[in-house]
Amino acid sequence: MIATVSRLIPAGLDARPVYELRGVNKTFPRRGVHALDRIDLTLHEGGFASVIGASGCGKSTLLKIMAGLLPPSAGSVMLSGKAVIGPRRDIGMMFQQATLFPWRTTIENIVLPIEIRDGRGAARAKHDEARTLLDLVGLTGFGDVFPNELSGGMAQRAAICRMLITKPAVLLLDEPFSALDELTRDYMNMELQKICMAHNATTFLVTHSISEAVILSDVVYVMSPRPGRFIEAVDIDLPRPRTLDMITTPRFGALVDRIRGRLDRGAFL
Amino acid sequence: MSQTTDTDPHTTTPDTVWSEHVSLIDRIPRSVAMAGLFLAFLAIWQLAWSLQLVSPIILPSPGETARDIVFVGQNLFSGDYMLTALRVTVTEVIYSFALAILIGFSLGVLVGETVFGERAVMPYLVAIDTMPKIAFAPLFIAWLGFGIASKVALATFIATFPIIVGTAAGLHAADENARMLFRTMGASRLQTLMKMKLPTGLPHFFTGLKIASVGVMAGAITGEFLGGGKGFGELIRVAASQLDTPRVFSLIIYLSLLGLATFGSVVWIQRRFVFWQKTSAATDGMA
Ligand SMILES: Nc1ncnc2c1ncn2[C@@H]1O[C@H](COP(=O)(O)OP(=O)(O)OP(=O)(O)O)[C@@H](O)[C@H]1O
Ligand SMILES: [Mg+2]
Repeated sequence: MIATVSRLIPAGLDARPVYELRGVNKTFPRRGVHALDRIDLTLHEGGFASVIGASGCGKSTLLKIMAGLLPPSAGSVMLSGKAVIGPRRDIGMMFQQATLFPWRTTIENIVLPIEIRDGRGAARAKHDEARTLLDLVGLTGFGDVFPNELSGGMAQRAAICRMLITKPAVLLLDEPFSALDELTRDYMNMELQKICMAHNATTFLVTHSISEAVILSDVVYVMSPRPGRFIEAVDIDLPRPRTLDMITTPRFGALVDRIRGRLDRGAFL
Repeated sequence: MSQTTDTDPHTTTPDTVWSEHVSLIDRIPRSVAMAGLFLAFLAIWQLAWSLQLVSPIILPSPGETARDIVFVGQNLFSGDYMLTALRVTVTEVIYSFALAILIGFSLGVLVGETVFGERAVMPYLVAIDTMPKIAFAPLFIAWLGFGIASKVALATFIATFPIIVGTAAGLHAADENARMLFRTMGASRLQTLMKMKLPTGLPHFFTGLKIASVGVMAGAITGEFLGGGKGFGELIRVAASQLDTPRVFSLIIYLSLLGLATFGSVVWIQRRFVFWQKTSAATDGMA
């Protein structure tokens, strides 16, 4: 056990720590659920970490705690040296659903976080920036379209823009592409990698897909079934930038096997 | 050689072609179907009258009724006493609808947005809503007299509840993802209400409005039946007491036109405001 705990801090990263979680515990007393157990986690600037685990093991709960949407029962969450005690401006989040509002055009959806924080005027001033983001994710010309004209993948790309418009230092992603088909998903993952590298964003991704975790991450945390606890941190030593061709390499296969081996049998059934 | 013709793609056997079967009735244009049904109704009516199945006092002939419809129409357009009566009823409907929207929306927000409203106010609203509201009519007349006020009170009373329910249901319609998104953006409660919950709830709100638009008509006419006054309901009551059945029929027809106009304007406003909601004409009518 001691050996695995020491493995939780990935070696070879001398970048500045951004997120620091210490002994985070979460219980839902009303339903008697012990969701998270003594989670320690350090995310380094510009790093990409993933957490993988069975359904219901507490991944989303962990993400909500990190985002300041849910208080931990015990432990501390520090982001850039300050304790997280509520929603923060420097955090960008994305969920499985794009959640674009149908009464706003795509561009109005994208500048919504600015409108909430700094008012309508500030939001309008960001339209040009929003269009640049649309270009970045391949949605050029779709700014003035209403979301019900976008496909699932396009909507999710617009959601990426909405997350990026505030220039967050960290990205928290909860299965952002799991509702998409595999081809779109692969493509989106490569886009995501490009964006994270371009913005030097610190990223934490929750996923159900081992190959998605491996292709994107510097380190993959494997979580045990409830109560959720990190049972291993697997360093992914594939070179960057990653390409989809790497999926067929023996090294990739070995990493996938290693992670699969750590996950309890039946966890993904 | 005969086998090659069997597999030839151009001579497909009938059972390999699966075409959509559209029944004859489905192919009739809607307007034709409606007109046809109306003519059938007139024919049965005429037949019942010609065969004297019911007393002519109870059931006038279609012709008589049509003549009276024209007469009432002329009276309305020439600005005679019937127009005055219609104006009274329309005024009542407008006042009560506006009041019902104001009260219903406010209470709906109270009940749908605050814990106090949901816990303390809602049970009372549910209790009152289950009462037959028409039974309050004599009370309103006793309190507010035989003028327009008692009718407006009754109509407002009836129409408020669907709006409360629609508003409150609308405020609960936003899903967990949207709520979480707004929290991550650090939105205030007012921002969440204005920019997310209310727009999300608009379709529910309009459903409430449509039910209310029917209720407001019913309330105004019932008030006029029971409490006199100078409205259209009074004309109907007088015509009925004189056994002038054709007049009752034609007045009801003009009244239903008023009802349709009220309902239709709600649907029209909904189409403009809730442009993102894809509704067919059929579901619009279903409220
Ligand atoms: N608000 C809550 N109240 C009570 N229990 C909760 C609450 N939120 C989550 N839980 C419980 O905590 C556990 C972990 O939930 P969580 O959503 O974090 O799982 P997850 O790992 O994200 O699962 P999935 O992969 O299916 O998304 C579950 O058993 C869930 O029932
Ligand atoms: Mg989850």
